[in-house]
Parts: sequence; structure tokens; C-alpha cells
Amino acid sequence: MTDNADNAAQAIVEMRGITIQFPGVLALDGVDFTLRAGEVHSLMGENGAGKSTLIKALTGVYAINAGTIAVNGATREFHSTADAQAAGISTVYQEVNLCTNLTVGENVMLGHEPRTAGRINWGAVHREAARHLSELGLSVDPHSMLASHSIAIQQLVAISRAMVLDARVLILDEPTSSLDRGEVEQLFGVIRALRDKGVAILFVSHFLDQVYEIADRITVLRNGRLVGEYLAADLPRDQLVTKMIGRALDDLASLSQTADRAVDRSGIPVLTASGLGRKGTLEPADIDIYPGEVVGLAGLLGSGRTELVRLLYGADRPDTGHVEIQGSAAKIASPRHAIDRRVAFSSEDRRGEGIVGDLTVAENIVLGIQARKGWLHKLRRAEQDAIVADYMSALDVRPANPAALARNLSGGNQQKVLLARWLATAPELLILDEPTRGIDVGAKADIQRKVAELSQQGLSVIFISSELEEVLRLAQRIVVMRDRKRIGEVDAGAMDLDALVEYIANEGKESAA
Amino acid sequence: MKTLVRHRLFWPTAALVGLIAINAIARPAFIKITIRDGELYGALIDILRNSAPLMLVALGMTLVIATRGIDLSVGAIMAVSGAVALQIIAGSDEPNNIGVVAVAVGVAMLVSLVLGAWNGLLVSVMGIQPIIATLVLMFAGRGVALLITGGKITTVNSSPYKVIATGFFLLLPVAFLIAMAIVAIVAFVERRSALGVLTEAVGINPEASRLAGVRSRGIIWGAYIVSGLLSGIAGIIYTSNISAADANAAGLFIELYAILAVVLGGNSLMGGKFSIAGTVVGVLFIQTLDSTILFLGVSPAQSPVFFALVVVVVVLIQSPRLHRLARRVSQSRRAPQAASTPEEVAA
Repeated sequence: MTDNADNAAQAIVEMRGITIQFPGVLALDGVDFTLRAGEVHSLMGENGAGKSTLIKALTGVYAINAGTIAVNGATREFHSTADAQAAGISTVYQEVNLCTNLTVGENVMLGHEPRTAGRINWGAVHREAARHLSELGLSVDPHSMLASHSIAIQQLVAISRAMVLDARVLILDEPTSSLDRGEVEQLFGVIRALRDKGVAILFVSHFLDQVYEIADRITVLRNGRLVGEYLAADLPRDQLVTKMIGRALDDLASLSQTADRAVDRSGIPVLTASGLGRKGTLEPADIDIYPGEVVGLAGLLGSGRTELVRLLYGADRPDTGHVEIQGSAAKIASPRHAIDRRVAFSSEDRRGEGIVGDLTVAENIVLGIQARKGWLHKLRRAEQDAIVADYMSALDVRPANPAALARNLSGGNQQKVLLARWLATAPELLILDEPTRGIDVGAKADIQRKVAELSQQGLSVIFISSELEEVLRLAQRIVVMRDRKRIGEVDAGAMDLDALVEYIANEGKESAA
Repeated sequence: MKTLVRHRLFWPTAALVGLIAINAIARPAFIKITIRDGELYGALIDILRNSAPLMLVALGMTLVIATRGIDLSVGAIMAVSGAVALQIIAGSDEPNNIGVVAVAVGVAMLVSLVLGAWNGLLVSVMGIQPIIATLVLMFAGRGVALLITGGKITTVNSSPYKVIATGFFLLLPVAFLIAMAIVAIVAFVERRSALGVLTEAVGINPEASRLAGVRSRGIIWGAYIVSGLLSGIAGIIYTSNISAADANAAGLFIELYAILAVVLGGNSLMGGKFSIAGTVVGVLFIQTLDSTILFLGVSPAQSPVFFALVVVVVVLIQSPRLHRLARRVSQSRRAPQAASTPEEVAA
């Protein structure tokens, strides 16, 4: 599997037979991974494939159960992130972990401040910082507060900081997830400059385009096992995807019919909201949805999509408007009211507002039903086991262990657990806010397929996603939001991606002005 | 053996057994139990009897801590409850009438339940931080108890009331039986109903639980009510033991001992998963340690330091970080190349 074309480059990190076992989950099973000087190496795999775990083994966050890690030929044992840093391995995470209340210069030099007679020489701190920043081609004022900069700049500052630590290995975990195109270009410029200096760079991203743009080499993991290591140039995209998910990817294509499916809108809508709004959050908006219909909510981040559904669900209290469910007026002031009227809502913030991490997968799945039944009526063990087993197999939750702690699952599998929790309560309206964000192709396809299938069986779904292709594929109607306002509604069947983007960007601009 | 060591109750239980063993070696009389007049006698029986108030308070504390809260007012509620009960008995013409005692106990329990509900209201409805919300009653409660007793130490001579703390039934101390019955009831309700797992869900992730439809407000409120009620019963047992209500001394610092018992039992102060059995072990450990100090004749001046030292050692023994360190040391000794250690669990 391993190619021999370019192995002349010196291996900086050699991980051999890495095995990590969590309670109930074999996260990594004898994985080999090699990182060479002066290369950008991309680690690819579905959620749950073991990418994050491998990175955490390399950065000393997790202890390994078996295997060896060698840096520059010397076997190392990492007991903490400090050990890894001392070995020259630095990490820049998705969420930047710097001190936003310090200046850029202080952040870059933190812990390595130049001193004069034992006291920190602040002038020198900022001069040094400026030098490090300019080496990466950044013109940022080192005296400015870190918080005043965009996430993109903060990330680049974090990279500068890694260079101060004299890092020979730089790990970038989903660095581009919140960057725009120009910022990505700037980041890639910095990455290339570092690569040319001989730094080994591990780049993890869900964006295939970016991986092919920057990576020299690709290692693929699946289900905690190594699939193989390839030169990026020798691995066509479709092959990469097939290796990642272990099956050919024609599932998504078959889904494209969903949007065109005719929905009977002659009956009573499942839910009608008129003039629903909340001061400072959302201008009064209307929305209705019929049985078996998928209504997409499209718009940029912060356009009011999430705000609208939170009001519908009672997660926040509206101060204007009223809601009808199945044709009768409904007072929805808390999630309980919504649940009692058979409305379910899965938040975009999976960890913060979805999963109860220290409970098991089974407990998480039955939490919704149990909450609805009340604490006095505990679900019988047999019932509980049956529900859990049904949904875990229907949604293909991995690992297939109901006793695993939910926090040990990958993002995609946590999302499936949440979907199971809500489906188990037999809702009539399911609101999914970004159910596929940050999860990979395989899990994404599973979730999309499930949504299409359920809506065909009569479930109504409000589907929010930043990926417009996904909204177009699944929804029959799309409500478009911009600047915390509903700007219109379109028929998904009559729209293509460009038309929708155009609509989001420009519709109603003239009339508003 | 490995799974036994892994069990969350292993280290707390080991510490308790170890402490008893040390006592037994130092003075074998410690573990001697005899029957006299249909009652069991011995140092261990005294420990069980004396542990009752702390057992009840720590049980309530376990539930409150599981919701990510804390209840500092437990000692003050004990004082109020004891004052109410004794004032009623002292004010009646027939302190030995079992009906009078029943009324006194009933009213005292009702008052403590109301005080617990007040704490719960502040925390779950008003959204005040638990440590502040219960601090209010921690200070005010003793004032209320002093008002009830008129600033004096109320004493009574009531044999039915005295039985609560000092009586024996089926060879065992009544106080211990009351405490164990309540522990059993609470454990049964928590685990047989869904209350336990819903409480844990609220403690682990309040927002996710709310969005999942869990009535977290009611669950949190309920925990403070139970804590108040159990503290009240603890206050009754305490005053029954000395036949006096001392508003300043009743339940003094018991909130700290209760928190300590919860932690020694392997429960996390961060809330979430909880073990009632763990708390029981924690309480018995503290009570045994208390007796040990008396038993070994540690001077009163040194006893707090001795107590603190033992607690530090026990907490360290339970520390997962220390366990990892110990494993690492033993591993590197056993096999310098250390190829495979499949049983080790990653942090």
C-alpha cells in the first residue's frame, strides 16, 4: 500500500502500531503513520475513523495502549501536551486556544518573553513578535488586542506562536472551517512557506478541494484502522472517497429525487407560524409546513435561521406572533410545550445543547422519551433495549455499543444518536439545525437518506444547512433568511444552486432600500 | 481483580476497611461487639449510631451536587428543625406523650421541607448561584433557630423523643435504622424511577437536557427540597441525642463534612453521575476517623491536623492522575520496552 516514490525525505514522526482503547470503543487499532520533513500530509477519514484520536495521541492528550511514537528516530512517550511540545510538535486547533485578552505580540511570545535583568522587556517582546509575524508574511500590529482580529488572523498568530516554539511538526486540525476564500489563500501561503523551510505539516480538513490543493501526501483511516498512505497526485478523488467510506458513493445521487416529490398541501398544515419574532433576534416571520414536507431554511450564518426555529420550539420565547399546530392555536413557551405537541428540535450545537456526554449512548437515545413520560414512569428495561437496538441499527451508529459513553463517539455518530433520540419520540415535525455540519460524507449520506425516507413516510422536517446543495436536494420548499429577516420563499424544484445563491444575496435588496 | 480495582467504590471502601483494620490492630477491642439487654454494644455500633445525622445530610447533598449545585444551609436547617421540635415538646404539658412528640417531629420536618423549597426556589426559578442562594439560609437559619428558642438552649425530658437517637430496635440503634431506611428509600426511588438518570442528565448538561424536554427546574427544586427535609430529620436525631436544642452548635460545619463525604465516596463536585452507596461509605469513613481520633487518644489540639492529614491521603489515593502515574512507574519497571498494555484506559 505504501508507495516508495518519495521516501527519501527524512521521517520526523514515526508512529507504529498505535492502539487506543476507550471504554467500549476501540478508537485506533494498530495504526502506522509517518510524517516527513518538508511535506504537507493530510489525514483523511470519516468521523469516527480515528483522525482526532491519532492527533491526540501525537500531541500527548491521550495515552496510547500499544505502539510506539518516534520523533527524529528517538522513541518518545508523551504523558502530556507539554511533552509533545518539547519534542517540537505544535498544534493549531479549530478553536484557537490563545488568550484573546492579550495583545498579538504577547500571545506570540507567551512564555518566551525576552528579558532584561530578569524583567520582561516589553519593547523587545513586540519587536520579536513582529519579526516572527513578518517571517510568515503577516502584517499585523503586535500591539493590537488579539480579540480585535478575525479567527483567520488569530489562527495565523497561533501558527507564529508555534514557530517561536521552534516547532518541527505543525498540526492543523480543521484550520479552514471558519475562513473565507481569501483567508484560506493566506493560510495556504503560510503553510507552503513553512513546508519549504522543512517543517512537517499535518493538515486535517473535511474540504476535499483544499486537501488536493495543499497536500503532498494523504493517509486514509477507516474505523480506527489504516487504509493506506498515498501521494496526493496518485490518488484520484473518487478513489479517496471510496477508501474513506469503504463503499462507492452513489447513494447521494439517488436522493436527488426528493426535492421534486410532490407534496399535498391541501390539508391542514402541521405547523403554521405567523409574525413570529423576538426583539433584537428576529424580525416577525411566517412559516408553514405540511405533512410529509421538507422545508429548507437557507441563508448565511447569523441570518436568523437558528433564531427562527428556536422560537418555533420554545427554546427562546417569542414576543410577537402566534403558532398553530395541526390547525389549533398552540402556546409554545418552553421546549416541553413543543414536545407535547410532537415537535422535535435538534440543535446545531451538538456538544453544548445536544449530547449528554457522560451518559451512555442508550441513555442519550431514550432521554427524549423518558423526559416526555416523566420521571415516575421509567421506561422498562426491555422496551428501552428494543428502542435503542432498533435505532442504532437503523441509523448505523458506530460503535454498535449502547453502553459506550456518548462523549467518546465521533461527531457524525453523536448526530445519529440525537436523531435517534428524537425519532424515538415519534414526532410529527422534526427540526434539524445543521445536522450534517462537521461530519463526513458517509454519515452525511446516512442522515440525508434517513430524512428523505422519513418525509416520504409522512414526517414533516424543517432542515437547516449551510450547504445549499444539501438543502436543494432534500427540501421541496426553501424559506430564505437574511439579516435576521425572512426575505422570501422559493420552490426548490425550480431552483438550482446559482439561482439560490443569487436569491440569498440579492432578493428584496431594491425594495428594502 | 482488575475490574474490582476499577470499580468506583473500590478505593473508598478500601480506605474504610483499612481504617478499621488499623484500629483493630491498635486496640483489638475496637471491633468487639457484644449483646447486652437486647442491644448490640461496641465501638463499631457507636459509629453506626453517631453517623445517622451526617448520613442523612450527605444523602441530600449527594442529590444536590448531582444537579451541579451545593447546599450550604444544611447545618442551619438542622438547627431550625431541632429548635422547632424541642420548643413544641417543651411547651406542651405532657412531654412524654407520644402524640406530642409525633406533632413536634411532623412540624419540624414540614418546616425544614419549606426551607429546602426556599433554597430550591432561589436556585431553580430565580437562577441564583447555589453557593450564594444557600449561603443566605446558612446565616439566616441559625438566627431563626435562636429566635425560636428565645436565645436560650431549650432542654426537654421526653422519653419518646429520646428514643429516636438512643433507642435500640432488633439489636440495632434506632437512629441508624432510620438513616438506613431513608437511604434505601431514596436509592430505590432514584434508581427504580427515572429520577436518577434525569438528575444526572441535568447535572451533566443542563441546556441539552432542557432542549430534550427534561423538566430540569422541577428536578433541581426537588433536590433542594429533599436536602432540606433530610437535614431536618438529621436535626431531630441530633437534638434527640442530647435532649437539647442549641441553635449555635447544632449541625455546625456539617455542610463541609457532608461535602467531604460525597467526595470521599467517589462522587464528582462537577455534578452528573452519582453514587449513593459511595456517599454511605464516605460518611462511615468520616465517622470512623472521628472515633479513631478519640480512640487513639489524639489530643484535641492535634485532632484537626490529624483528621486533615488522613483525608488528604485518602483523597490522593483516589486521584485518577496518581493512579496513572503509579501505573506508568510500574510499567516502565516491568518492561522497559513496554510494547503492549492493553488494559490501560486512556484519559
